[in-house]
Amino acid sequence: MADEPSKEKSLEIDYTIPKKSWMEPSTEFRKGTYCYPAASRHEKYLELPHPREWQPTDEDWKLPEDWREVILRGMEDRLNRYRSYRLFLDICVRCGACADKCHFFIGSGDPKNMPVLRAELLRSIYRKYFTLSGKVFGKLAGARELTEEVVKEWFSYFYQCTECRRCSVFCPYGIDTCEITMMARELLNLVGLNINWILEPAANCYRTGNHLGIPPHAFKSTVDFAVDELQEITGVKVEVPINRKGAEILFISPSADYFASPHWYTFLGYLLLFHEIGLDYTWSTYASEGGNFGLFHSAELAKRLNAKIYSEAKRLGVKWILGGECGHMWRVIHQYMDTFNGPADFLEEPVSPITGTRFDHARSTKMVHICEFTADLMMNNKLRLDPSRNRKWKVTYHDSCNTARGMGLFEEPRYILRNVCQEFYEMPENTIKEKTFCCGSGSGLGADENMETRLRGGFPRANAVRYVHEKFGVNLLTCICAIDRATLPPLLEYWVPGVEVAGVHELVGNALVLRGEKERTTNLRGEPLDSTISPSPSSGERAG
Amino acid sequence: MFKTKRFWVSNFGFRASNLQGFKIMGLWYSVSAILLLTFLVVIGIEGMGLVSFFTIFIPYAALFLFVVGFLYRVLKWATSPVPFHIPTVSGQQRSLSWIKADNIDSPYTTGGVVKRLALDILLFRPLLKNEKVEMQAPQRLLFKPSVLLWFGAMAFHWSFLVILLRHLRFFLEPVPSTIVILQRVDSIFQGLIPVIYITDIIILVALGYLFVRRIIYPQVRYISLSSDYFVLLLILGIVLSGVLMRLIYKVDLVQVKEWAMAMLRLRPVAPKEVNLLFYIHLFFISLLVAYFPLSKLMHMPGIFLSPTRNLTNTSRNQRHINPWDYPVKTHTYEEYEEEFRDSMKEVGLPIEKG
Amino acid sequence: MALYDGKKIIPGLIIFLGLVSYPIWHNTVSGKTSYVPKLEIPKDKKECIEPKAYIRVNHKELLEDWRFSVVRSGVRTYQASNQKRYTMSLNRTCMECHRDRTKFCDQCHNYMGVTNKCWDCHLYPKEMEKGAK
Repeated sequence: MADEPSKEKSLEIDYTIPKKSWMEPSTEFRKGTYCYPAASRHEKYLELPHPREWQPTDEDWKLPEDWREVILRGMEDRLNRYRSYRLFLDICVRCGACADKCHFFIGSGDPKNMPVLRAELLRSIYRKYFTLSGKVFGKLAGARELTEEVVKEWFSYFYQCTECRRCSVFCPYGIDTCEITMMARELLNLVGLNINWILEPAANCYRTGNHLGIPPHAFKSTVDFAVDELQEITGVKVEVPINRKGAEILFISPSADYFASPHWYTFLGYLLLFHEIGLDYTWSTYASEGGNFGLFHSAELAKRLNAKIYSEAKRLGVKWILGGECGHMWRVIHQYMDTFNGPADFLEEPVSPITGTRFDHARSTKMVHICEFTADLMMNNKLRLDPSRNRKWKVTYHDSCNTARGMGLFEEPRYILRNVCQEFYEMPENTIKEKTFCCGSGSGLGADENMETRLRGGFPRANAVRYVHEKFGVNLLTCICAIDRATLPPLLEYWVPGVEVAGVHELVGNALVLRGEKERTTNLRGEPLDSTISPSPSSGERAG
Repeated sequence: MFKTKRFWVSNFGFRASNLQGFKIMGLWYSVSAILLLTFLVVIGIEGMGLVSFFTIFIPYAALFLFVVGFLYRVLKWATSPVPFHIPTVSGQQRSLSWIKADNIDSPYTTGGVVKRLALDILLFRPLLKNEKVEMQAPQRLLFKPSVLLWFGAMAFHWSFLVILLRHLRFFLEPVPSTIVILQRVDSIFQGLIPVIYITDIIILVALGYLFVRRIIYPQVRYISLSSDYFVLLLILGIVLSGVLMRLIYKVDLVQVKEWAMAMLRLRPVAPKEVNLLFYIHLFFISLLVAYFPLSKLMHMPGIFLSPTRNLTNTSRNQRHINPWDYPVKTHTYEEYEEEFRDSMKEVGLPIEKG
Repeated sequence: MALYDGKKIIPGLIIFLGLVSYPIWHNTVSGKTSYVPKLEIPKDKKECIEPKAYIRVNHKELLEDWRFSVVRSGVRTYQASNQKRYTMSLNRTCMECHRDRTKFCDQCHNYMGVTNKCWDCHLYPKEMEKGAK
């Protein structure tokens, strides 16, 4: 790609406000800034409306004949079904507090990336067709006609929002642009406007059980490969049960963990941990995906993909479910799953078989986060740990948007990290916990073709990483999100060369002292435990 | 590797050049509307003698629209359910017993939610967290606390409330001692006659700030609608006419109270011997009140209903019900095994059939 | 159409209605919906020192001017707009006619919730009579 940003051709951020009013739609689709539309075969497989081949750069988007009615009816329907939509469209006062909280605005300077204005793109149509003041005062009250140009603008800007919810923290009324974006994407879906990076994984997941489209036999061989690799590194042969009925616990992680890099090492970490504590558990090939790209498309598709988790838990007859390191997966599990597909009354309240700890907070959903599970093990001294095996890493921790603002999982991963590594440094407090910055590629925007948008969106996060990199020599960014692990390596390579990305359980796997293990000479990456040379930039290629 | 064309001088940096050549059409529409409305009262009262129309009909109509509109809008929100449990969590969740959970920013009890809402509603806490991002060359983001908006918003809303409460003396008989005390506190540390209320000064400064920031910060100006300027100007008109009546063009307050009391007992009598400022003051208040349910001012009741703030973060502990939930088409295990049975068998994975 | 969370929203709206209509309840309970201040006007005097409309609005400033004039400048005579002359004195001029403050001053002051400092220093005539005995 000739337009791809490189070290030679730098990105410019220009905060100058355009002369023309925001009410005139911006429909420029510049290479490198937008995602490719979904291939119609995925739409057909999922039985979604109006599948067709088109391109954003086309003049004619081949919208269905009655597109305007479809969108307006869809809007009305959602206004009646979601209080959040109606309320958030009604009560914004345009104070602007959200503006510089959005990573896409900070990184692009485009005022339509201010959360307030992103919402106004939708709000202006709502006003025109659904409110008295909009009907009477029109433009003066911020109302505008629904035109094809507006729809194109929606496609542009609602696929430049990662649904990270950072703006919602700073909004005096808690207006959540994620809700706005979700609604807009559902409306776009009604007239067949989707992006491929969301629908291909969703269609894969529907068919094969996981986003990457890995069929069961490939899953098995990838697991066998991991077992061999672990035996080489540790001298211990681990058991990895798959689709085993009657296990106590079903373990579900994002599929990238067992297929992409650097996720793979986190996967190895899980396997070592479960082996060492002798967990009675199983993987599933049918429910081989914790993530849920349906969430980035519509509530309905999210529910359709999520249904597998409970149905597989029921089929296998497990007592409860343990979930791996993933961001939006946990948004779904924590805030949606029980509502979507519960009640899970065929499961039992989760109790750690090792420590006896009752996970009361997951009493209804019956699914526990692996960081909660592992932190509990460590607190109860059930693990022998040797943090010196992570001595080459100076570690920082990136809160994923979803586990942070969708869940409040702050201290568990930090507790684990302090136990497994020797040097841990927090990034500036404005960029962690509830104020954490998105990787810039979440909510299905982690494609290759929109790399410029991703680099811009990832800039605030990268900047905070750069701060600890320069100040403390941090060389490893840990996180508990598969999208982070896939998308941050190329972003960091661009903005902060010299910092690698890892999952928390990769470091657990390194530090964990196994019974009967041989002396470890390398970490799970196969690298020597000491590093005299600075680590090479990791390859993001396998992450896609 | 990184450069910016123009650096951000404070988040919405003010530079004189920002004001050049920028159309603030919305502002001029609003200013014209306010002038037109003022003109309307003057003509109506002075030229046409429509005293009863402006002091009886309009206020009654405005109050009616306010109450009915307010109820309608809130009930409209109430007819839409909250299908999913979506609090914006901003603190440590309640999970393991030895990790200290944050019951305000990640509330796990109703009391926690009440505290969170109270802090948001009474102290505007999210704005207190506000920080501005400053870009420094090259590739440096600086975060600085930015509480000016919080300060302006607090000053405006709280002084507005105090002024509203002070005005209760026109509507209550006998005047409660709390109102009398409030007036005294509001005018403390001065022997001035006429008394200048502290809140009158604060609200003028705060309104000025809220207005000026919409004009001088380019990003805020870009997002501002005519209606945003209009509301500020309308309130400014109310405050200014009120302050002028207090300080310079005095009005016989007993007459005003007699008018207000007559309105309350539904035996309206137009006020006598009041000056034009009173009619403007009253007309603008009527407009504000009638406009309230049509506008963004509904953020007042709205914040109570915000699902990102008024829910507990206990969605794994207690099931949240979606009232419009419907069955969806899924890909069942049977369908899955049907497609992959042979390859599953081949690698020795357990299967249901065959 | 169904209401959701009606158990919280309806009470909230009732509180709203209660607040908006509070003056009506307040006045009904106190039984003073039709109350108007009753001023006792001296029967033997026909006019105040200035026109009634002016006095009603500006008596406070007038008294403040008098105080300033007497204390700071030693000028004790006020020439009214109708050219009549009066001694600048609350007790000896104003209270000469309006002898009972409760039947005059306090009527409007209470009605409007006004507090004043006149009586912090001045004794009003009835108290003076008592003191004389």
